[in-house]
Amino acid sequence: MKGISKEFSGNRVLNDINFRLYPGEVLGLVGENGAGKSTLMKILFGMDEIRETGGYGGEVLIDGKKVDFHSSEDAIKAGIGMVHQEFSLIPDFSVAENILLNREPQRYSVMSEVFGKRLNTIDSKEMQRRALKAIERLGVALDPDKQISTLPVGYKQFTEIARELSKEDDAEEAARHSKDKDAVADASSIRLLVLDEPTAVLSEKEAEALLDAMKKLSAAGIAIIFISHRLQEIIEVCDSIMVLRDGEIIKQVDKEEADVAKIANWMVGRAVKSERVKRDTSHVSDEIVLDVKNLRVDMSGEKVHDVSFSVRRGEIFGLGGLAGQGKIGVPNGIMGLALARGDVFFEGSKIEMNKPSSPLGAGIAFVSEDRRGVGLLLDETLEWNVAFSAMQVNGKFLKKFGPIHMRDNEAMRKVTEEYVDLLQVRCTSTKQKARQLSGGNQQKICLAKAFALEPKLLFISEPTRGIDVGAKSLVLQALKRYNEEYGTTIVMISSELEELRSICDRIAIVHDGGIAGTLDATAPSEDFGVLMLGQVKEA
Amino acid sequence: MRGESSMNVKKSPKELLINNLVPILFILICAFGIPLSGYSGSYLLNEILSRLGRNSFLVLSLLIPVMAGMGMNFGMTLGAMAGQIALILVTDWNVVGIPAMVLAALISMPVSVFLGWLCGNILNRAKGREMVTGYIISFFMNGVYQLVVLYMMGSIIPISSSALVLPRGYGIRNTVNLEGMRKSLDNLIPLNIFGASVPVATFILVAIFCLIIIWFRRTKLGQDMRAVGQDMEVARQAGIKVERTRVLSIIISTVFAGFGMIIYLQNIGTLNTYNSHSQIGMFSIAALLVGGASVDKANIRNVFIGIILFHLMFTIAPTVGRNLIGEAQLGEYFRVFVSYGVITLALVLYEVRKRREQRKALEEA
Repeated sequence: MKGISKEFSGNRVLNDINFRLYPGEVLGLVGENGAGKSTLMKILFGMDEIRETGGYGGEVLIDGKKVDFHSSEDAIKAGIGMVHQEFSLIPDFSVAENILLNREPQRYSVMSEVFGKRLNTIDSKEMQRRALKAIERLGVALDPDKQISTLPVGYKQFTEIARELSKEDDAEEAARHSKDKDAVADASSIRLLVLDEPTAVLSEKEAEALLDAMKKLSAAGIAIIFISHRLQEIIEVCDSIMVLRDGEIIKQVDKEEADVAKIANWMVGRAVKSERVKRDTSHVSDEIVLDVKNLRVDMSGEKVHDVSFSVRRGEIFGLGGLAGQGKIGVPNGIMGLALARGDVFFEGSKIEMNKPSSPLGAGIAFVSEDRRGVGLLLDETLEWNVAFSAMQVNGKFLKKFGPIHMRDNEAMRKVTEEYVDLLQVRCTSTKQKARQLSGGNQQKICLAKAFALEPKLLFISEPTRGIDVGAKSLVLQALKRYNEEYGTTIVMISSELEELRSICDRIAIVHDGGIAGTLDATAPSEDFGVLMLGQVKEA
Repeated sequence: MRGESSMNVKKSPKELLINNLVPILFILICAFGIPLSGYSGSYLLNEILSRLGRNSFLVLSLLIPVMAGMGMNFGMTLGAMAGQIALILVTDWNVVGIPAMVLAALISMPVSVFLGWLCGNILNRAKGREMVTGYIISFFMNGVYQLVVLYMMGSIIPISSSALVLPRGYGIRNTVNLEGMRKSLDNLIPLNIFGASVPVATFILVAIFCLIIIWFRRTKLGQDMRAVGQDMEVARQAGIKVERTRVLSIIISTVFAGFGMIIYLQNIGTLNTYNSHSQIGMFSIAALLVGGASVDKANIRNVFIGIILFHLMFTIAPTVGRNLIGEAQLGEYFRVFVSYGVITLALVLYEVRKRREQRKALEEA
């Protein structure tokens, strides 16, 4: 790949990426979330997404020939296979059925003459044979008759890889049937396999088996691009390692030159260090206000296995970590928005799980990362949005006439204007619809809504996601000021470490559904980097 | 199928009870009801055999959309309408016996295909809410059906028989006498066991249909349907045409429902022009659910257990009502009440089970 660059609506996410890969070489690709790894792979794989957003710059060469994939099918034909992070497997199908999903070998049936090819019956013996062949190449013990849902995750991963391997059989098969010599030559077998975080969900033993399988494949001449956050593995199997940060290659080294600490440093080290703002911590007491013990949350993509932490009254506590490791599951679990179990104590009393009214009643508010989905009533006025929760939970902004409660529009307007001023929300009036505001201003309204509850503790999840730099610092400033003026305890969840470090007092890093460690915000960024990658170290 | 594979896994008695709550409930109802009704064994056997022949085809037609993950096909009513239109035409042309049934089946087919295609495309725009959408579509299409039968037949579509047309000159009478084909299939191969007549030819057709379903599961299309039924996104990624597959499953179901309706009506012998189809969907779905099927899995065994239990209850309910309270009306009320109750219970249980499974998965994680 030469000089690859990519822009998303003026936002440059990849800049002049150059690398080459030899047959049988294993390249480790590492980088923080948003560094551009996935985008790079999508370009290589010819995904529709890339073309729909304006294509890419630079060129992709295979065997010295420039290629331009119009779809992922073209990429597959050129011998590129990709295993995605999420499983694309059908749970109640057998392993063999999944390996050959939609590529099942078929037997001619009379009915298909009348109703078309789809009424061919499936040749289960042939299916078995081909599945076994792919599994053998992978060199793992996998029973093709087993139902996917009964298998441990590692074997699901093998099934996916076996599926990629089995695709070359199809090409051979098709070539043999067409009896065309050109076709035989064209039917290139799989040359390059992209594995996007295949070990993220695996146990150590399973990961080991996978790494062995990778070595076998590479010995057979298949090049592999291996994306992983587990640096130890990268160093173990890769021939060379490429570190991406902010869309640029920071380092490309042979494995001999790399070690975990170095790579971690390359990954998180920012060119520009953001200034840490001075904090007035006089209101922070030693009293523990929130105590979370053995929290377990079932939230898709953000599973929490066992998280315990405690927050002091008045502090700003950060929860960081890479995407998908579980940090977002924590507030959603505590607030009763996702299925959870565990013990959560707030000011000494227990918060009931799976019951949103319990934490709300205790004075905990939550600003969701999903502001369009659960944060805002998009088609209502700003006044409504700001006052709604407070009205519901605290019974504020209501005038009472005997048993009948009426909305106090005047009070709603006042409080909204106050927050619009405080947070510098750019709007035409407080009667404007929330939908019409920009992302950053919507986020500010979410904050105003939470502030209007006058919570004792505020969970705020990804407060700066999708908003511009100026709005970012305003939001962060507002949080800090609110904390200092009212002494509200804040738990902030963010993927951006620098953002956490700029206003938090302490930061816990969530890794693999648990807390990898808790550090003072002033600790050096390398330490955080190491925690994010799951190298547990006591602070 | 899913049903069988999950049977291999050992389950606690409590889970078995919850998973089979509906059939168990019905076995209890029938066990209480049969002695109270005072019917003889041969009478009941006769009734059950005739009802099995009458309803099996209709209920079997529901299996394929379940496989494609579209739940119970309330849109099967559309197929029933197509079958009835075909029967009216065939009766008007004075065709009788088996040829009449074959002709009706042939006429119903293009109508069913069109209605199924329409229904399938609408359901594709309402993913995840197929059942309620299908239910409302059947209400809506009932209006179109009435337009065709009440206003267009006799005026635009030529109907010559005065026995069929209303005195005003167009529109079909309330009841259409199917004397010409009454039980012609059921009695094609006569057989009597214990004083009960067995509709052998009908059973042969049903058996063939069962074989077709088993064979269909092993075809490419059947495999695709199962994949789509379990995970639309994964199936789409693998290159399966999800929307088309779903539409096909509804079309197939509608066509077979049309055939099923023809078999059903030849057994009854009269066509209630404006009512016959309206409850057939609900009763067929209730029967399937009574047999232990759920919204996401149903097999042939569920069909037969369901028909036997549900229709046993149907047969005995009026007399039990009369013997207990002195009113046959109560039994009639009871069967409608039970049908809706069963569907509600099955839908609630399905959700409960899904939640329990999620919770269990969380605990194991």
